[in-house]
Amino acid sequence: MDHAQLLNVSVRGPVDAQAMVFLHGFGCGQHMWRHVVAAFEDEYRVVLLDLPGSGGAAAASYDSDRHASLDGYRDDLVTLLRELELTSVVLVGHSVSAMIGVLLQIAHPDLVDRLVLVTPSARYLNDTGYHGGFSEDDVEELLELMSRNHLGWQDPLATIVAGGPDSEARTELEQAFCRTRPEVAAQFAAVTFRGDNRADLRLVSAHTLIIQSAEDSIAPMTAGTYVRDAISDSEFEVLATRGHCPHLTAPAETVAVIQRFLQGSQVPGRRD
Amino acid sequence: MRDASQAAERLFEIAPCGFALVGNEGLVAHANAEFRRLVGRPSEELVGKASLASLFSIGGRMFLETHLLPMLAHDRSVREVALDMLRPDGSRVPVLLNADAAHGEGNGIALLVVVIETRDRHRYEQDLLAATRSAEQARIDATALANTLQRTLIPPVPPEIPHLTVSTAYRPAGDGSVVGGDFYDVFQVGADDWCVVLGDVSGKGISAATVTSFVRYTIRALAIDHPDPCDLLHRLDHAMHVDDTDHYCTLVLARLTRRPPHWAVQLALAGHPPAVLRSPDGHVSELGTPGTPVGLVDEPTFSTAHHLLQNETITLYTDGVTEARGDDGWFGESRLYDLIAEADHDPQVITDEIARQALRYQGGVASDDIAIVTFAANPAATVNR
Repeated sequence: MDHAQLLNVSVRGPVDAQAMVFLHGFGCGQHMWRHVVAAFEDEYRVVLLDLPGSGGAAAASYDSDRHASLDGYRDDLVTLLRELELTSVVLVGHSVSAMIGVLLQIAHPDLVDRLVLVTPSARYLNDTGYHGGFSEDDVEELLELMSRNHLGWQDPLATIVAGGPDSEARTELEQAFCRTRPEVAAQFAAVTFRGDNRADLRLVSAHTLIIQSAEDSIAPMTAGTYVRDAISDSEFEVLATRGHCPHLTAPAETVAVIQRFLQGSQVPGRRD
Repeated sequence: MRDASQAAERLFEIAPCGFALVGNEGLVAHANAEFRRLVGRPSEELVGKASLASLFSIGGRMFLETHLLPMLAHDRSVREVALDMLRPDGSRVPVLLNADAAHGEGNGIALLVVVIETRDRHRYEQDLLAATRSAEQARIDATALANTLQRTLIPPVPPEIPHLTVSTAYRPAGDGSVVGGDFYDVFQVGADDWCVVLGDVSGKGISAATVTSFVRYTIRALAIDHPDPCDLLHRLDHAMHVDDTDHYCTLVLARLTRRPPHWAVQLALAGHPPAVLRSPDGHVSELGTPGTPVGLVDEPTFSTAHHLLQNETITLYTDGVTEARGDDGWFGESRLYDLIAEADHDPQVITDEIARQALRYQGGVASDDIAIVTFAANPAATVNR
């Protein structure tokens, strides 16, 4: 299976346009972007994918050794981009995938033209002089909670996605929404919430947009401003919304700030 | 109408579950008595003030933000999610949560949330989880133990014996993960005295492996004071009965004593196929009378066969070879004897060829362990005394 199949890739938009690659974060899959991507499909070659082990990605896409760090995710994306023959992309990453995007840009500046980091955090655990928002106990508790909702005798997230009494028929893609294998979800949670990419931020050399949610308990303001201050060529936009997923709770505003960012930063010689 | 509305409000308030309505801006809009009791807060601290996320433990908030709210935003339901509500005093209440996204109910309501306390069920779940983890750990430990035991039982490379060429082959059954019962051993019992043993303990798994160990080391101990193989087998049989194991063992035991330039071989079989002699011209014959397995019957019979090993090769094998099943039925003794006759007159070649063909005959995977030992006098080797 090639990487496009492994990662359940879908591509839309004009073939010769600049590519815009959307990376969902911890939890769920590419469907998280559904309210945002339509706005870019005319001007950009929009690429959606599911991270290894998440959403509709193939079971074979996940390897607990390779994906024990974000580097493994970065490497899979590099392979995918090369396979699709994409360079100088706009890379949009939510939550932990913002850091995957950062790692990718640092390692392969030719592959990434601009970065959009949606509610990023370079480190979730508190540290001396740094407020990430969480203690190690909190992370332990999240892992324990995830194991309680995965007793092994059912796929709880599958049963959770039961469909309310009035929901219409859904496509298979939508039914795969938020379905994650328990051991994958647990490891991904550990990798996400115990990570520290603060030192990587300084090496980012692409023009970067940081989108901050006004009230976000996962990526608080202190985390967002840290990322802003560490990336030299960055813009910072705060959206008046609550929660960790502004692309779901405030999609129009999210689209607007991204469009403003992309229009405002013309790269010489490209047809944007 | 007012009565119906009041009646509905009353029912909402007294419902036997925690029931809350969350508004579009993410704050609690209504919360009934049981909900207030579970979260340990009065209305004034909830309505229009508290976000749903704030009522859960931090882990719960993370789970809510990363999985549950996105799923509800997708206009779905969530059912039976185990979470902990966090009270202002820091205490936790384990609950099961159901939630639906409101479908244009009006009044600015976005979510309907029901929570039910699950203290007892939570304790039960914790016990189940702990038991599952214990069982999983025990399984991991048992596998590690079996692997360690397996490694000690895999016949080692035989020692260098002056004037004797020994060649061995061992192929475990299947993928080798199940500890088997085949073994062989080559050890010294005197200045020019060696023992070669090849055996097959009944059954598989850890108890078979334990008996294999017992048999090997009992033979080693007995061999020192019991030079006659028949006598040794009787004593081994007695030891196994005393040990009261359900397993029995077939084996071939050969005692080799150097008679330069030859070797005197005393060989006894315990329910085991005879040893196969090959002379340089390719003539194949058997050595030994079958006997009964050790550890099986009350009155076993063994007998010692004598042979002066000059320029023949002697091959010992376990029934994993002859009982290999293929398209033509059993591999069988005559196929084995033909193979030996046609091979080069060399212990290594004979051993390797038997192993190769027995495996190939069953499509590359052994259904039972295969163990083979071939030895021959090696008069060419000179030892300076």
